[in-house]
Amino acid sequence: MSASLARAVNVLKEVIDAPIASYFASCVHCGLCAEACLFYTETDDPKYTPIHKLEPMRRVYAQEYTLIGRLLKWLGLSKPLTDAELAEWQPLVYDSCTLCGRCSMVCPVGNDIVYMVRKLREGMAIAGYAPAGVLAATQRTIEMGSPMGVKLPALKAQIGHIEAETGLTVPLDREGAEYMVLLSSMEIINFPEYLSAIARIMKQAGKTWTLCSSAFEATNSGIQIGVSDLARVIVARIVEGAERLKVQTVISPECGHAFTALRWEGPNLIGRPYRFKVQHILEVLDELRVQGLLKTQGFEEKRLTFHDPCQLVRRGGVIEPPRNLLRMISNNLVETTDPGKYNWCCGGGGGVSANDDAEAIRLIAFKRKKTQLDAVKPDKLVTACANCRIVLEEGLEHYQMNLPVVGLTEMIADHLASD
Amino acid sequence: MDAAQLLNWVRGAGLQLAVFIFLLGTVWRLIEIYSLGRKPDLAEARHVSGASGWHTLWRRSIPIPGMMQRAGLTYIAGYGFHIGLAAVVLLFAPHIRLIHDLTGLSWPALPSPFVDLLAVMTLVAMLVVLAERLRQPVKRFLSTFEDWLTWAVTFLPVLTGYLAARHLLLPYTLTLSLHILSVEMLLVLLPFTKLFHAFTVWPSRWFNGDAHGRKGVAV
Repeated sequence: MSASLARAVNVLKEVIDAPIASYFASCVHCGLCAEACLFYTETDDPKYTPIHKLEPMRRVYAQEYTLIGRLLKWLGLSKPLTDAELAEWQPLVYDSCTLCGRCSMVCPVGNDIVYMVRKLREGMAIAGYAPAGVLAATQRTIEMGSPMGVKLPALKAQIGHIEAETGLTVPLDREGAEYMVLLSSMEIINFPEYLSAIARIMKQAGKTWTLCSSAFEATNSGIQIGVSDLARVIVARIVEGAERLKVQTVISPECGHAFTALRWEGPNLIGRPYRFKVQHILEVLDELRVQGLLKTQGFEEKRLTFHDPCQLVRRGGVIEPPRNLLRMISNNLVETTDPGKYNWCCGGGGGVSANDDAEAIRLIAFKRKKTQLDAVKPDKLVTACANCRIVLEEGLEHYQMNLPVVGLTEMIADHLASD
Repeated sequence: MDAAQLLNWVRGAGLQLAVFIFLLGTVWRLIEIYSLGRKPDLAEARHVSGASGWHTLWRRSIPIPGMMQRAGLTYIAGYGFHIGLAAVVLLFAPHIRLIHDLTGLSWPALPSPFVDLLAVMTLVAMLVVLAERLRQPVKRFLSTFEDWLTWAVTFLPVLTGYLAARHLLLPYTLTLSLHILSVEMLLVLLPFTKLFHAFTVWPSRWFNGDAHGRKGVAV
């Protein structure tokens, strides 16, 4: 057994817990999870069946944690896991799974399949099978502060532009602010409208807020590839920044995995609860709406539909806020089939959009989204995740669909009442 | 060994052995699985009504929107054979008498003709399940020897039970012996195969519902 394989087996032994053992013991090979997975529904290839993606982990479970499996192993009758198999499974575990979690909603015996894929990635990553593109992005986040290599000077330049454009102050390192705002690099580089929207919304609501110079980037690809050590470093930086500035709430940006990493995995990574609250920007906006601090004017004329980012909605529990907010500015909101927690992924979550090997299969999987959109024919597609947005734009372009994609926060900001 | 001797053995030593393996195996497997434990979740939970492990115990029996269209036969045949199996096992008068003799517990039985009908329904549903496993690429792809074996040891008790109850095909003593023998095979294999989902399905649903429930998502 190679050293890297031994490390993988050890990590898998470590991450297998009672739920995972219970899930493997429960699987009846019904294949229903395939019907929930866009990589299967758009290819009809059984190898994309979610539970099949876990085969290396199931073997470790059977051989290490079951009486019969241990007996067979002792008798030399079981097939040990090999490096070749890990290599063979890499495209299944990384390229064709976005950690969207739809399979976990469908499994009739109740298996939380995506939970297991996330854990299997820990073993795959330690053995060196994480996709190079995403691993490099994670390393850049550790070394430079952002997966896209965006450093503080770039942010400061962006702040300068926004202050000039809006006439508002964008506070940096303001101690005791109510909110600390995080961004994704995508928002600094590609969608600066987001930060400008925050400045205008916070001004209207009369809330104090700040950016943090040591922690302005929220994305955490360590979570996506399954390297908890790196994920922990990235989360710890935000925790340190928020606690140093003594803010009450940290706002996760329009980025699904950033929210999962910070809101749900973060405290478990650092081993303690936070001393501040974490909310997604849409949760904050919805709270301001309820408090009467978010006032809008006018309605969108176009027919809108909302693309639910998996990590925000199904995996994050922010289901109603986007709809409450959209109803403030639209009388012409149409839902696709399977809205909310049942939504189909854009195809680029879980590190897939940053993984070059996955590009071809991702565009095939996008046909699921295309089918959903063709059925309701919106004029504009609204979402709340910068990664979904890029992936949607690429997919729409690939299939020559002329449909603008916008972020919900900036759309709300465009309708702020001017009083 | 003639049919009478076989019946004697399956009712005596055979039954004791099967029940012993079943009970020991079940306890062992439950300990093997659940003693692995799980780490506490340190993220602050969101509380939404309807989102919890307990809700998922029953809610997971209902297909989510769109799934009936995609895999209707799997659901219908699945319901058919699970419900049919539970009914013929628990609501057939001779079975209730056996349970009463063993435990002192008793409840009303369904009329025999109705149980006959349910047995036929169960057999048909199980044949559909088998045909689907052979026909559907995903199911065939996932199938291993264990899937065929567990199908057979579930099908045989229903088939032999029906034949015995209706006095069909073979002499009654022989069919009854084969019926009890097939149930014993089922008991012996249950803890060590996917049939063990009869026990683990409930904690599995609970874990899944709890993990999602903490995030405020009802699954």
